[in-house]
Amino acid sequence: MAFLEIEKVRKVFAQSTAVEKFDLAVEHGEFVSFLGPSGCGKTTILRMVAGFETPTSGAIRINGQDVIGLRPNQRHVGMVFQSYALFPNMTVADNVAFGLKVAKRPASEIGPRVEKMLHLIKLPQLAGRYPYQLSGGQQQRVALARALAIEPQLLLLDEPLSALDAKIRVSLREEIRNVQRELGITTIYVTHDQEEALSMSDRIVVMSEGRVEQVGTPFEVYNYPRTRFVASFVGTLNILKGRVTDSANGTLAVDDQEIVTARGIPNARAGELRSVALRPEAVSLSDAGAEGNRMRGTIEEVSFLGSVVRIRVRFREHAISLDTFNSPGKSPPRRGEPVTVSFARDDLRVLEGAEA
Amino acid sequence: MSRARLGPWLAIALGALYFLVPLIGTFEFSLRMRRGEYSFDAYWIVLSDPRFQATFGYSTVLALATIVVGVLLVVPTAYWIQLRLPRLRPVVEFITLLPLVIPAIVLVFGYLRIYNSSSLLPMTSSQRATDVLLMCSYVTLALPYMYRAVDTGLRAIDVRTLTEAAESLGASWFTILFRVIFPNVRVAILSGAFLTFAIVIGEFTMASLLDRPAFGPYLQLMGANRAYEPSALAIIAFIVTWACMGLIQVFGRGARQAAR
Repeated sequence: MAFLEIEKVRKVFAQSTAVEKFDLAVEHGEFVSFLGPSGCGKTTILRMVAGFETPTSGAIRINGQDVIGLRPNQRHVGMVFQSYALFPNMTVADNVAFGLKVAKRPASEIGPRVEKMLHLIKLPQLAGRYPYQLSGGQQQRVALARALAIEPQLLLLDEPLSALDAKIRVSLREEIRNVQRELGITTIYVTHDQEEALSMSDRIVVMSEGRVEQVGTPFEVYNYPRTRFVASFVGTLNILKGRVTDSANGTLAVDDQEIVTARGIPNARAGELRSVALRPEAVSLSDAGAEGNRMRGTIEEVSFLGSVVRIRVRFREHAISLDTFNSPGKSPPRRGEPVTVSFARDDLRVLEGAEA
Repeated sequence: MSRARLGPWLAIALGALYFLVPLIGTFEFSLRMRRGEYSFDAYWIVLSDPRFQATFGYSTVLALATIVVGVLLVVPTAYWIQLRLPRLRPVVEFITLLPLVIPAIVLVFGYLRIYNSSSLLPMTSSQRATDVLLMCSYVTLALPYMYRAVDTGLRAIDVRTLTEAAESLGASWFTILFRVIFPNVRVAILSGAFLTFAIVIGEFTMASLLDRPAFGPYLQLMGANRAYEPSALAIIAFIVTWACMGLIQVFGRGARQAAR
């Protein structure tokens, strides 16, 4: 039996359906991220698990106990909010101790526990400060310590890093993951940032319009997207639309150039339009040789992203982006330069459904 | 001074004259009790008058009771409206504005009709009950100020998230209200409290018609029968009001610093 079970959960707000038949089983100690665009229902599910929203139908069980009828303060679930939600009238230590005081734990237990939590988030020196005296990153770490102090059976994080700047986000996500591993606490993490989800999670639940699009490890979700939405939402994706010339051999004509997929094009007839997807990192500017696909085009755009240079190559109607590592000894190509790009047949993924 | 600046300064000077001349005149008159020289005799007479002490003490106690009841009524209401019933906000705002529109004399006659000694709830049958009725009427009078002050304070904090954070940490509604919400709208409550205090101390109509020994009727009594003492009382009343306003500023500044 899974530690957290969400079964056929549905949530309807007035006229709109926020979540549609959501099923998920999370094992004890697992770190699962809900990933999706704004309004896809990921926060609504989290809030239903926390008890702030009631499902229209379905069941939620934590450690075997049905929690639908329980108030949030009876669920023993720790929550970290995007806006930190530290109590402004309390010091850092008082914030962390709040849940313990509410639970009427003895003072002899509260003091050491608060100290332990502050050491865990590496901020023991800030115990006497007020939230307004802390940076955003520090506030969020205190919020994490406060949520963990009560030793919750489940930790819920609702876009906790969204309000922070890029550098702090990266360091804090590593910190959150380390703390989660150290405590072995089952965690649900809501984010719209694919990098966060890919780098932190044991599993990712990709959501769109209230539905689960795919559940899998970061490797599976990124490399084997099941739907067009997952393919386009997780990572950058080139989509090429071409006319099928030989479905058995998997050949398509894209802008009058022929490309070949590795495993044919299922359920397609010659002359039909089909789309194939290709990750930027799978494309190179060098010639792949006889086994690979080659396409000729011109450099349309060169974006310097630091360690990576993203290049857009225009064919006729289509263009694809490719990533190359930045090398100080080698200057990037110039716009308008004619080039040949190549990619392996295995890297082309035929997307489901015929194109009109 | 440039012409552009002259206009505003002129307006400020005219406004100051409009307010300050009568005040200075009243103060100057209050010092002329002793013939041919200025003195604080009128103030000593007023301050040593047992009726002053009794009525001021009575109104102060009533003001404090009004503040406590007003806070206990308004804070949970405004909190609940903000958290769960935001659609009702215009309705509640309209209701809280009514005491500004309906004259106090209409309100007190309404009370007298509803709570007279032969009614189901005879609040005017004893002095204590009438004190409670007067306090309730003051809560009504101060409602527009108290509600707005508290509502503004609640809007300045993220009520929903703070409530949810406290709830997820196991807090009950009572704990959330008294340990999270109240302390974070403390300054707003104090602003409302000082405004309430200033209103109650000078209120005449309700106290007079309910026949209670409050400071307002005493002011009127003195004004009708004495020459210099009413001016001294007017200045004292101004000082009390200004002290309240000053305290609002002091606490407000403290809160702004804390919010930075």
